Amino acid sequence: MDEERWLLPTGIEEILPPQAQVLESLRRDLLDLYRGWGYELVIPPFIDYLDSLLTGTGQDLDLQTFKLTDQLSGRLLGVRADMTPQVARIDAHHLRRDTPTRLCYLGTVLHTRADGFAGTRSPYQIGAEIFGHAGIESEVEILRLISETLSAAGISGCYLDLGHVGVFRGLARQAGLTAPQEHALFDALQRKAIPEIETLVAGCGLPAATADMLIALADLNGDDALTRAASALRLAAPAVQHAVDDLGRLAAALHDWLPDVSIHYDLAELRGYRYKTGAVFAAFVPGWGLEIARGGRYDDIGRVFGRARPAVGFSTDLKGLLRLGSRRAAPTPAIYAPWSSDPALLAQIQRLRQAGERVIAALPAGGAAAAPTAARTPQELGCDRHLIQGAAGWEIQVLDEI
Amino acid sequence: MMGTLTAASGPSLDLDASLTIALSKGRIFDATLPLLAQAGIRPLDDPETSRKLILQTSNPLVKLVIIRASDVPTYCQYGAADLGVAGKDVLLEHGGEGLYEPLDLRIGCCRLMVAGPPQPPSPPSGRLRIATKYVKSAERYYAAKGQQVEIIKLYGSMELAPLVGLADLIVDLVESGNTLKANGLVPLEHIADISSRLVVNKAAWKMKHAAVSALLGVLRQAVADIH
Repeated sequence: MDEERWLLPTGIEEILPPQAQVLESLRRDLLDLYRGWGYELVIPPFIDYLDSLLTGTGQDLDLQTFKLTDQLSGRLLGVRADMTPQVARIDAHHLRRDTPTRLCYLGTVLHTRADGFAGTRSPYQIGAEIFGHAGIESEVEILRLISETLSAAGISGCYLDLGHVGVFRGLARQAGLTAPQEHALFDALQRKAIPEIETLVAGCGLPAATADMLIALADLNGDDALTRAASALRLAAPAVQHAVDDLGRLAAALHDWLPDVSIHYDLAELRGYRYKTGAVFAAFVPGWGLEIARGGRYDDIGRVFGRARPAVGFSTDLKGLLRLGSRRAAPTPAIYAPWSSDPALLAQIQRLRQAGERVIAALPAGGAAAAPTAARTPQELGCDRHLIQGAAGWEIQVLDEI
Repeated sequence: MMGTLTAASGPSLDLDASLTIALSKGRIFDATLPLLAQAGIRPLDDPETSRKLILQTSNPLVKLVIIRASDVPTYCQYGAADLGVAGKDVLLEHGGEGLYEPLDLRIGCCRLMVAGPPQPPSPPSGRLRIATKYVKSAERYYAAKGQQVEIIKLYGSMELAPLVGLADLIVDLVESGNTLKANGLVPLEHIADISSRLVVNKAAWKMKHAAVSALLGVLRQAVADIH
């Protein structure tokens, strides 16, 4: 045990130089990007009452949430596994505005189980939400923001995957499926397990037209999915038709707004089915087998906090963006300064630092007799210049290569 | 039942993206080859004689990776392979999360069953001990029956467990039943019919949609032609 004190828990990582600096600069750039688009930053707490974390979107997160007991109130607390419910609460309960509200957020979340490749349990979640607008315009804006976010991270060639939970929800209602039937079918649809879907649908004793539409759903994906949906779902209830029309309008708008992004439609893709109410989307990039950003519309999310407002948003993992993006640490050479309290030197150092230079003070060799430290050369400290006292005061001189 | 498949292979599939297909050696590999041949995909090496783990095929855009059967879902889930062939038994244990399984290839057919001595143990005072490689499937099956059992995870030779008193019953794949019979065991309860499925990585489905659906279409037709 003693030899393993350095070991981190599974799925928990620390970020070291120079990666930490790259992550931080990406973090700043993204927050600036969202600020430029009018998104206000909110900072929800790391830990919260479990009831609050698991309402609305939360049921899906029950298993993913670390829980502990609050010694002050005796109530259960949860470490957030997703910040979206917290941001919805801020909009619904604290801000209580009647105009559309744009919020963005960023922070570490914790998962009990790793759900991604290379298995992190502590993603660095960053996301943005629009509350109070129900049209496709807010969906377009969020999708554009996903695209901007990926470009800022240096990720190119992204694919968007679009679906709409209203299609399956409407068909299930039209077919009068019981909750267990709907759940079993949902599960098979997520796996596009067509043989199982056929068996399940056959077992429900539905009219042929309804059964055919449920079976067709697994196949309604690809570039032409919306065109095929028009005929495959022509006998569907109005709610289903509305959902397909919604998606059609969104597709047409994206054609104008994001002409360079490849878009794939999938009417059986139901991420977050239990709390989403409209379009659902995810972003993929070539060479990576999992989605890197996801989002959608969830208009009911604020209800449990006092006010249901239309809501659409997305989130992604900053550490994931860093891994897939082209951002690399650029060496930033520093200036080496001697250890001295000469006021002229200190003033010069301050000027240089204010101008954005890195100035590293020499730590002389020696120190405590018990643990003497060796002096390090300026080059070892990453310096390419040094300060020396010249005729006209402290001057910068280029260091020779060793 | 199984029809005959002409040895002649189909026309080469015109793909717009490269595809990596994960297969396990042995039975699944042998049964999948005639299906792939219908899409004009034939391996250039024989995995039984070659030590290569990546096999090029007659279609320069398609390669096969040869891995353990239980690793196929993992490779496909994380996109190390775009497609794969995995037994339903393996998928039930893996959970199938993050994967599509659109096609039953109707190969590698067998049954997941409870087996044991011909005289099943009289209702024991304690819990039944079940030896199996298929822990999740066994747990689910007995939970659905409302029976609390003790599962003992083994990696092979399950038939031995009841003979030496390690377990009361086993949960295992049964094809002909000969191995059971040779060890004095009989199949007792049917849990699930098993066959091999084509599995597809979700991201590959989205980003290489044309190539994946073209291959899927040919394989679906090939399976339909045989049965």
